[in-house]
Amino acid sequence: MNILRLFSSRPAPAPAPPSAPIARERLQILLAHERGMRGQPDLLMLLREEILAAVSRHVTLDPDKVIVRMDRGKNVSTLEVDIELPNLPGPKLAATG
Amino acid sequence: MAKVLVVTSGKGGVGKTTSTAAIGVALAQIGQKVVVVDFDVGLRNLDLIMGAERRVVFDLINVVQGVAKLPQALIRDKRLENLCLLPASQTRDKDALTEEGVGRVLEELRTSHDWILCDSPAGIERGATLAMRFADEAIIVTNPEVSSVRDSDRIIGMLDAKTVRAEKGERVEKHVLITRYDAARAARGEMLSIDDVLEILATPLLGIIPESQDVLRASNVGSPVTLNNPASSPARAYVDATKRLLGETIAMTIPAERSGLMNLLRGRRAA
Repeated sequence: MNILRLFSSRPAPAPAPPSAPIARERLQILLAHERGMRGQPDLLMLLREEILAAVSRHVTLDPDKVIVRMDRGKNVSTLEVDIELPNLPGPKLAATG
Repeated sequence: MAKVLVVTSGKGGVGKTTSTAAIGVALAQIGQKVVVVDFDVGLRNLDLIMGAERRVVFDLINVVQGVAKLPQALIRDKRLENLCLLPASQTRDKDALTEEGVGRVLEELRTSHDWILCDSPAGIERGATLAMRFADEAIIVTNPEVSSVRDSDRIIGMLDAKTVRAEKGERVEKHVLITRYDAARAARGEMLSIDDVLEILATPLLGIIPESQDVLRASNVGSPVTLNNPASSPARAYVDATKRLLGETIAMTIPAERSGLMNLLRGRRAA
């Protein structure tokens, strides 16, 4: 294939951009986080449990309808808790998604 | 003073067993009395890489449990008289290893050897934690690849926390050994560079083993690469790493694998 390409007029495909810098940055972010967590209770699980405990004091929760997402950035991480609340018959709890 | 050296990585398939065998041979060739111990209970392979798979009678668990005496279980290498293998058991499960038993066996090995190389299984379970538990030094085998580097970082954390030395407030001397390194790909930015890996792991470098066909060839025939083809690039890199382990200062070079033309052709294909 390579030898044929030498004689063909078609240009060779552009080389892929270097991927090693991406690997390095991903690792640095990940390990900065994992090293901080070592020996600590899992913050994500802790927050998840406490938030769910707080909500379930007021509403009956279906554990399958709770989605927790974490996005770890270099400087800031975000925790996203998506809880699907059943529509309650009573007028007092007007829960919106 | 005997030294217990664990060869570990977290991730599987990065070259722990290959490196244990190659460095064990290199140490023995220099005149050290060496025993290589396989901790991968249930999935032993060091016997195969050492070419001793047909000579295994007793194993580490037999010795731990007192079924066999240590001298009965040690397999003396046929090529190097100051090199021995203590194989792992192929059948029993990892829980048969106890901390007390492993400590006792290693203490006994210390009396008759200069180096005790513990070939750790992959993972962070019992076999891996016991392989590192009594270590004085550690080689962390790492490929220049994200999952391997991440797992190495985890293992470094365990070496600093869960070893007997760490618990006594002492240090396990740690060395990173980078294996399967392809200088051409790293130069093109397709592979993490040595500097990238060392910066992330913040651990001194013991050596760089180039990606090479000689490694597979050596394992095919059951002869560690330092014995099978001492002139090959990985063998020279392993010998250099071994000398650094013994305290020698050796310039860090990556022995070239092929001629420039071959590298060029290979590079074109890989791009």
